[in-house]
Amino acid sequence: MKIKQIYKVLTVVIFSVITLEACQKLFPAAPAPDNTLAVGVIPGLTPAQLQEHALGDDEFSQIFTQQQGLGPVFNNISCNNCHVGNGKGSPATALTRFGRATGRTFDSLVSENGPDLLPNAVPGYTGDVLPPDANVQVQLIAPTIMGLGFIAALADSTILANAYPHDGVAGVPNYVNPTSFFIPQAFNIPFNGQYIGRFGRKATRVSLQDQVVFALANDLGGVTCDYNMVKPYNYLVGPYTGNYVQDPDVSAGFVNHLVMYLLTNKVPPRRDSANSDVLAGAQLFTNIGCVTCHIPTMVTSTLPGFPSLSNQTIHPFSDFLLHDMGSELDGGVPEGSAQSFQWRTAPLWGVGLSPNSQGGGLFLLHDGRATSFIQAIQFHNGEASARKAAFNALTSQQQQQIVAFLNSL
Amino acid sequence: MKIFIFNYKKIVAVFFSACFAIYCHAQKDSSLFKRIEIDTSKQKLNMDGVYNKPFLTMGKMPVAMGGYMEANTQYSVTQGISADGFAFQFQRVSMFLESSIAKNIKFNSEIEYENGGEDIEVEYAFMDMEFNPLFNFRGGIVLNPIGSFNENHDGPRWDFIDRPISSTTIIPSTLSNAGFGFYGKYYYDNWIFAYETYLTNGFDDGIVSNADGQTSLADGNQNPDKFDKSNSGLPMFTGKIAIRQRKYGEFGISYLTDVYNEWKTDDGLIIAPKLSASVFALDYSTSLLNDRLSITTEAAKVWVQLPPNTVNTYGSQQDGAFIDIVGTVIKHKMFGWNNAKWEVGVRLEYANYNIGSFSETGGPIYDYIWAIVPAIAFRPVGSTVLRFNYVYSEQSDEAGGNFILGNTPVKTGTMEFGISTYF
Ligand code: HEC
Ligand code: HEC
Repeated sequence: MKIKQIYKVLTVVIFSVITLEACQKLFPAAPAPDNTLAVGVIPGLTPAQLQEHALGDDEFSQIFTQQQGLGPVFNNISCNNCHVGNGKGSPATALTRFGRATGRTFDSLVSENGPDLLPNAVPGYTGDVLPPDANVQVQLIAPTIMGLGFIAALADSTILANAYPHDGVAGVPNYVNPTSFFIPQAFNIPFNGQYIGRFGRKATRVSLQDQVVFALANDLGGVTCDYNMVKPYNYLVGPYTGNYVQDPDVSAGFVNHLVMYLLTNKVPPRRDSANSDVLAGAQLFTNIGCVTCHIPTMVTSTLPGFPSLSNQTIHPFSDFLLHDMGSELDGGVPEGSAQSFQWRTAPLWGVGLSPNSQGGGLFLLHDGRATSFIQAIQFHNGEASARKAAFNALTSQQQQQIVAFLNSL
Repeated sequence: MKIFIFNYKKIVAVFFSACFAIYCHAQKDSSLFKRIEIDTSKQKLNMDGVYNKPFLTMGKMPVAMGGYMEANTQYSVTQGISADGFAFQFQRVSMFLESSIAKNIKFNSEIEYENGGEDIEVEYAFMDMEFNPLFNFRGGIVLNPIGSFNENHDGPRWDFIDRPISSTTIIPSTLSNAGFGFYGKYYYDNWIFAYETYLTNGFDDGIVSNADGQTSLADGNQNPDKFDKSNSGLPMFTGKIAIRQRKYGEFGISYLTDVYNEWKTDDGLIIAPKLSASVFALDYSTSLLNDRLSITTEAAKVWVQLPPNTVNTYGSQQDGAFIDIVGTVIKHKMFGWNNAKWEVGVRLEYANYNIGSFSETGGPIYDYIWAIVPAIAFRPVGSTVLRFNYVYSEQSDEAGGNFILGNTPVKTGTMEFGISTYF
């Protein structure tokens, strides 16, 4: 064996490693920015906040098992499975909300594990079935979780400014009882002890913390935390925690990381905003009055500790108010002061990215029933009937311009 | 409910440590020890993988020893981001020990140190007793004969640094369990017929209760108690039939089935219906053009009965396959090695972890990974390989969240350089 020859071989090997390394083509590049899902953080965070965001990011995609406190009954095993890549979810992971409606009263059947069905179960246990006395149910798909920090930073007065009858529509806030752990901001104005909800398809949760605690218990299922120690169980089987993990299953810190993650996810960038069809579509969207509910521009209030969420001009395309959308979209299940036929105006920011997280297709509205933008508009009845009629009166080219605009959001 | 109880693990571990000491000594004094060399890139039957290895024998002692190691460096980029940068990985070092106890009675074993010795595992440790070539008894910790890779997994045999995806995640190689069974061979002309059949301990509830959020036989194979007891109290059956023709190569059909869940308490109370996991595998390998071209392939399909009310990221059917095509381009005396070889090869592989469609929407579920792996390898001797691989893979479900909806797959490119050698 000659040492020289070994050096020759090594040189050849090292040389080929270097050439191939240099050949960047072999390494897949990042997707073009307009193709990105809503992953990314808002600017201006402190290192500590960034670290909390990163922890929350991990928790958001953590798979929960019995050992992490999941169950015994549950909906899904990870936040990320429903809120795929932070984008809109699909009917394949929809959750079912049910209850019993009799005349003007409604019972969300909490004693039978309402309001949400938890159909899956840890091994050896039985999942929930719809209780026989439930007579209404609605399917809900996961909304995107981008830009939520800006929604959290809206003042009640900003939301109320667009409420009640004007321009032929009459949005109403959903006043709900606050949770025991809710800490109001200066801009939260109580009314008879109730606060304006802004998160959820019927705007039932006042704060992101409320939503996270609820999601751990109902969207995942059975994950207890300091704010909520209730273990749901299948009332047909009886109590059984399904795990040997001491409650709370997750710490208050865990909840806070998730809240930080949701607060600090950026808003997705717009795409093709200079395209002539998109510009024409935006103009038509305004002209026919879609903007009465899908309000393009709002200014946030002050959220202490978050300068980049405070006093910012945002474009959520929503008024965060409830609207009567007519009988076709009446899911039969009311929430708080929100009637069964009322829905929060869906924020349209990021709506053009929906196919990225919905398997290439499009599933719109609260239950994903509309598979195209035009179809979604055709379900706009009730307060939105006049706008739908105005849309239908447009030429098909103009309608396509509106679609191009929605795709650019 | 411990019907199958075998505890060889501790005894074997102690035995090995002692042997390792002798072995280190053996490496110094070459007058006493004789090396039995073989070209391990060549192969008899896959089931002979456990015997067809280079061993070191000591004079007239009926004991032979050997082992292999694998290490590599890796640089990987996913969608423009290199999460780990450059990584040096010492995959594993394994030790073999074989001994002839008496005429037609042999002991054979392999112990593996993975991740720098953090995980020590007895890969196999069994006794073979030959009554007749057609009828041998094997008992101990045995390699379950499913597919071909599992019984033939030694690193230096392959020009590819990573083990095939489908052979580690669909068939969870290395799959070995405590148990016993029979095997045999029948020779006729240019043909060999062989069979293997074992009853062993099997999988556990980890197949569905796992942190991967998907059905995984590999996760059901992690339980350290698996050498002591069967989770279900029922044995796992593994059987294989192989046919080899000198010219055309070897073809194998294998099947494995097991009840994996704890359906009964220790007191005999039945708490759940029995749930089974089964694997069906086909394998084929051949060499052509005077051994200058070799083709190795394995395909497997998995059926798992899921507990009721399981979330839809868990699949009840999975499949996977790989095909390796490796050609020798130069075989020459090089740098003083008489039979040094340069080889080029390519592996195509895929695995699908959730075959089916959503009951909710009827839409298809996407939960696959596929990869193409070009390779260049240098073999100074048959038992040592320096290998250079590039792996391009596309995965529909990103780690951490199961993106089973068919969103844009995640693309990864990996450059790897590694060594693997028997010693
Ligand atoms: C089973 C699927 C599913 C899982 C799992 C899930 N969510 Fe949701 N999420 C939904 C649905 C459906 C809604 C709408 C709920 C409503 O209207 O009440 C929602 C709403 C939200 C919202 C409010 C968004 C908005 O625009 O108002 C947040 C924030 C949220 N989820 C966070 C989480 C977190 C954090 C987790 C994990 C702890 C999680 N979700 C797990 C389905 C899910
Ligand atoms: C009266 C208020 C109102 C008006 C006017 C209105 N919308 Fe909506 N829009 C809503 C509400 C409420 C929803 C959510 C309905 C649901 O979740 O089922 C919605 C949902 C949508 C969606 C689906 C978004 C998603 O993420 O699923 C699109 C697209 C949409 N609207 C476009 C339009 C267009 C275009 C116009 C003008 C022709 C318009 N809307 C006018 C209230 C309104």
